[in-house]
Amino acid sequence: MTDTTLSPETSPAAAGEPVKSKSLYALDDLTRKRNASEKRFKLYGLGAVLIGVFFLVVLATAIISQGIPAFTRTIVEVEFTLTQEQYDAAEKELFKTKAYEQFFIGALQGQLEESGMSVPFDAAAIERIVGKTGGTIREYFKANPGALGAPAAFELAASSRVDGYSNGRVTRETLTDSRFLEKSDLDIVDALVEAGIIKTVFNWNFITGADSGVDNPGGAGIGASVIGSFFMMLVVLFLSLPIGVAASIYLEEFAPQNRFTDMIEVNISNLAAVPSIVFGILGLAVFIQFMHLPQSAPLVGGLVLTLMTLPTIIISTRASLKAVPPSIRDAALGVGASKMQSIFHHVLPLAMPGILTGTIIGLAQALGETAPLLLIGMVGFVARGYPDGFITGFIEPNSAMPAQIYTWAARADYAFYEKAWGGIIVLLVFLLTMNILAVILRRRFERRW
Amino acid sequence: MNEMPNLEQASAMTSSKISAKMVQVFYGDNQAIKDVDIEIQPRSVTAFIGPSGCGKSTFLRTLNRMNDTIDICRVEGSIEIDGEDIYDAKVDPVQLRAKVGMVFQKPNPFPKSIYDNVAYGPRIHGMARNKSQLDDIVASSLQKAGLWEEVKNRLDEPGTGMSGGQQQRLCIARAIAVSPEVILMDEPCSALDPIATAKVEELIDELRENYTIVIVTHSMQQAARVSQRTAFFHLGILVEEGSTQDIFTNPKDKRTQDYITGRFG
Repeated sequence: MTDTTLSPETSPAAAGEPVKSKSLYALDDLTRKRNASEKRFKLYGLGAVLIGVFFLVVLATAIISQGIPAFTRTIVEVEFTLTQEQYDAAEKELFKTKAYEQFFIGALQGQLEESGMSVPFDAAAIERIVGKTGGTIREYFKANPGALGAPAAFELAASSRVDGYSNGRVTRETLTDSRFLEKSDLDIVDALVEAGIIKTVFNWNFITGADSGVDNPGGAGIGASVIGSFFMMLVVLFLSLPIGVAASIYLEEFAPQNRFTDMIEVNISNLAAVPSIVFGILGLAVFIQFMHLPQSAPLVGGLVLTLMTLPTIIISTRASLKAVPPSIRDAALGVGASKMQSIFHHVLPLAMPGILTGTIIGLAQALGETAPLLLIGMVGFVARGYPDGFITGFIEPNSAMPAQIYTWAARADYAFYEKAWGGIIVLLVFLLTMNILAVILRRRFERRW
Repeated sequence: MNEMPNLEQASAMTSSKISAKMVQVFYGDNQAIKDVDIEIQPRSVTAFIGPSGCGKSTFLRTLNRMNDTIDICRVEGSIEIDGEDIYDAKVDPVQLRAKVGMVFQKPNPFPKSIYDNVAYGPRIHGMARNKSQLDDIVASSLQKAGLWEEVKNRLDEPGTGMSGGQQQRLCIARAIAVSPEVILMDEPCSALDPIATAKVEELIDELRENYTIVIVTHSMQQAARVSQRTAFFHLGILVEEGSTQDIFTNPKDKRTQDYITGRFG
């Protein structure tokens, strides 16, 4: 027996006096070392987690604090009555909008005096604060002649610097006098705020609206690109899920093991690592230049993102098919199910949670993808004919959320930067929703075996 | 269980249910089964015994072409069931497996309700025209598997929630629900405790009346208890085949004797 060769008699330690058995209370060196290294490792792990949490908190705070102002807007609310005579008189003037502006300023002055404030101001200052108001007022009364003679309330967007002043981005110290806003104007603004004429309201336009021109950050909204992203995700979902699942089932369950399928497998794995911009240029060359699909269309964006998402879905689907125990397949085959029946009745339902998780992760990746969209022109879209102009479907030009955020971040006006942060919040809300959906679906489909 | 009258045994000998001739099974270049000739009698239990890796499970799986699912597996020779070659090009393995059911080593109920587990086979073979017919099939299968009394009030509970022995009997019920003629059992009791094993063995003995049963087992006591005929495999060769009594009391081959007396290897 092997035990005899290792008996104490022959081991060198026992050659002299018998080994005194050690107390269990005293730690020997080796144990102490082992325990110390275990403790160290735990600390490293905890440290790593804490660093991760720290950065997450910093990121979340930064995004929220920078992005929240995008959801509010500063408006100048003035109520006044325009009589028929005033309207006729103004329409006779050479500079018609100028005349309307005079009415507006008059009304503003009246309201200010009513609340007991007195700040001297001129037309130029008002123009710096709310922009040229005459046009808006004239448009309104031309469109609604019936409103003449009755009191009408106007909500006019304050200029972006006033907006910045009210949410703390612009202060008296940082403001330099320019044609946009002067320091003295801030006194007027303060008075108007106190009189309740300038106030901050929730910016619905940011959520529902389309992008605006570079000179009007206040009017920019992410709504159009949300819809663009939504259409793209529909295309991605309805193409990549069936194609991806069918491909994985074939490769995993039916395909013979040979060089050809090996090559396909390697290529799918490699495809998952291809930079997204490459897919973008492929989409440009194939879908737009060769197939002449419309530029900037969510359909094309969706097709490009489908190509990008497919490897992710195929890899995760194959992994979850592989994870289904073979005993289930045997059981189905054993009662005389065909291979397809055994897959569709038993294997696929069990693999469903994994497939759905993979699909949603793939979709989330696609939702956040910017680079390929830049190449197919889904960027910098300003809606014409808002509000009816942009929800038109798969082949009308549109933008997507990440591309819109990129566009805003690249613009000069600081107010757009704020919009970019706000856009990131909207994007993250979408991603969070998708992740929660993934968790719920997973729970629903998960079964023990 | 083994005192089948000799007369009955002799009459059964006249026409065998399964007849295998010169069967060879290859996994790639490795030959797993070599020159196996065996006649399996109808309405009796045949046990395959032998050390691990001797090819008994492999041979069992060739009987309902479960080996087809393994790409590199190749079968030569002829296996006939009721005189029909099951490896003929005209034979669809799906149809064959409805005729030759299988119970596996580990209980593998579908992660579905007890009812659906049993009803799955009849459903895919279109054996029931309506719900009440299906109910009848499920009930009678569970009765035959001796499980009915235990589960009749909880047919909609998951089959995976039962004890191991119950799960294995559920798998047997599932196999007999499609009215097979032959039931193959691949070490059906290896994952069960002695009490559950006893129940399954009792069930096998009852099923003998209506089905031809082939069972692979590692337990020689089990083979002795449940089978009428025993085949001893060693290194891919069928060493000896005969009535269970003869194999265990009077083996002809030295290797068989060594194995059943535990002096092997």
